[in-house]
Amino acid sequence: MIGLEHYLTVAAALFVIAVFGIFANRKNVIVILMSIELMLLSVNINLVAFSAYLGDLVGQVFTMFVLTVAAAEAAIGLAILVCFYRNRGSIAVDDVNVMKG
Amino acid sequence: MSVADFAFYCFASVTVASGLFVVLARNPVHSVLWLILAFLSSAGLFVLLGAEFVAMLLVIVYVGAVAVLFLFVVMMLDVDFSELKARMAAYFPIAALIGAVFLAQLVMVFGVWQSSDGAAQLRGAPTPDPAEIHNTKALGNLLYDQYIHLFQAAGLILLVAMIGAIVLTLRHRTDVKRQDVLAQMYRDPARAMELKDVKPGQGL
Repeated sequence: MIGLEHYLTVAAALFVIAVFGIFANRKNVIVILMSIELMLLSVNINLVAFSAYLGDLVGQVFTMFVLTVAAAEAAIGLAILVCFYRNRGSIAVDDVNVMKG
Repeated sequence: MSVADFAFYCFASVTVASGLFVVLARNPVHSVLWLILAFLSSAGLFVLLGAEFVAMLLVIVYVGAVAVLFLFVVMMLDVDFSELKARMAAYFPIAALIGAVFLAQLVMVFGVWQSSDGAAQLRGAPTPDPAEIHNTKALGNLLYDQYIHLFQAAGLILLVAMIGAIVLTLRHRTDVKRQDVLAQMYRDPARAMELKDVKPGQGL
């Protein structure tokens, strides 16, 4: 029988993988953005699992809001990335600190 | 092991494995494709949990829009990814350390976590019987009634994100010729054509 714990374990594994990905791909902004998407996905799995096992529909409503924010974040992040690439000709994150005073 | 259990283990292992390949793949295009697989298999997990609407939303929004946006950007930017990947091995130990710390914290939280006795009474919106009201309708009833303001705020977030993305990436290039519709409409034969009287043996 699959219980709440199984889903929480999957979500925790996915979250840890995403944290690992952010630090392992420090140079590559695209993979960092994808790791953030994975993090939000694991949060969504948690919300839906609790919603299903507690019999509370609010979790699924909040999943939709997390989804909305994730989509907006991806759009803005990729727009900034395209803008940065046009100006600098690379997407190396180390160059981002050129704006510091 | 029932069919549902088997399906859970399939979807769960595919989700975790493809998540791992997202962060480890050498080629970012492969990363995006693994990301799509992770989204699809977690949509399967959501179906197993009885959240059909959110599962379909995941397929449409994440796979149909976000992942394709990633694919567009990865393919449009002409970046030497092998150079970016070259120093990945140097960051491996610190990344593994931070991941292990995170995992240990999650395990500790998980070890002491338990539901309170009155949790069932504290539900914000009890799920109606799926036989009477199906998932999509129940979500709609809740979303357009109790959560209408949050719903509109979410719409506003999307609007701001859209305007921001357009403003950030829009650029007016001066070196390309563009169609000027008004100039075309106000053009008439009198001004479009000029008659010159050229004498024989002479140029203009």
